[in-house]
Amino acid sequence: MIVPNEQWLDREAGPVVRPYAVTKGRTVAADGTSVGLIDVVLAVVDAQPPAGVRLSPEHRQILAQCRRPITVVDLASDIDLPVGVVRVLLSDLSEYGIVRIQGAIRGPVTNERLLRDVLDGLHAL
Amino acid sequence: MDYTHSDAAADAPAAPTTAKILIAGGFGAGKTTLVSAISEIRPLRTEETLSDRSVGVDDISGVRGKTTTTVAMDFGRITFRSDLALYLFGTPGQERFWFMWDELAYGALGAVVLADTRRLGDCFASVDYFERHGTPFVVAVNCFDDAPPYDTDDVRIALDLDPDVPVVLCDARDRESVKNVLITLVGYVLTRANPAAEYQSAPLPAG
Repeated sequence: MIVPNEQWLDREAGPVVRPYAVTKGRTVAADGTSVGLIDVVLAVVDAQPPAGVRLSPEHRQILAQCRRPITVVDLASDIDLPVGVVRVLLSDLSEYGIVRIQGAIRGPVTNERLLRDVLDGLHAL
Repeated sequence: MDYTHSDAAADAPAAPTTAKILIAGGFGAGKTTLVSAISEIRPLRTEETLSDRSVGVDDISGVRGKTTTTVAMDFGRITFRSDLALYLFGTPGQERFWFMWDELAYGALGAVVLADTRRLGDCFASVDYFERHGTPFVVAVNCFDDAPPYDTDDVRIALDLDPDVPVVLCDARDRESVKNVLITLVGYVLTRANPAAEYQSAPLPAG
């Protein structure tokens, strides 16, 4: 049913561009790998995209946020893009060699030093 | 320039080591309250591609529209040192979001199952999930003001927990109480990782 007087303005109207439009419809990285939520990203100093590659505004936005090390979820929260979109764009930037991604732990966490550090950190809060 | 966290070049800022803990439990059990009691909470948008399998029947209100692919999530960050940060993820409680749990649980240090004694059945699914996936977890009984007082042993029996799974009472609004829950979890994970060692975990609050 159409309600003639109902207006959706600004954010209520939803995104102007569908989220995965900025990834050209891709929901997974080209190489099939997945960037973890708490993987840490860092821009490579002075690195340039390969010849012929044009970075999208979203690529540039992400790149600007990773001059300092930042996790994928913090990055997505900062720029308010869905985390899935950020992951695809990050894998592009990684493939171009202009960001490095440090993977967080995969699988069960049994590293005693890490666990002790976290425990000590919690005690000290 | 290669970038690794243990051998960072001098001109690159050191990347922190990151760890994550999941906060699970039924709708309204206090997951977001718990996360915000101890960490800076941040919103996270997801735009997930739902498979047919994951679109189930919603039996809980609070998420509008069964076909939406947007999942709003919160996460919390506790920065211990410049080189170590702990992330807390509240898992979307509804069954239709289970496809996200695998990713959230993968590489997690462990999980807190937040239980509301008025609706203890709501955390069966979380307990079952973590048992099946071998994710270490503790059960934290959120003591709501109007909930009947419960004994941790009653909860253990009701949830049919393995004897070694810690059950603690907590107040999800209280920072010290939440801290105690997380300390209990990490101590438990350490004990599992190295059964020979004894670890000092926080005393259980009197029930």
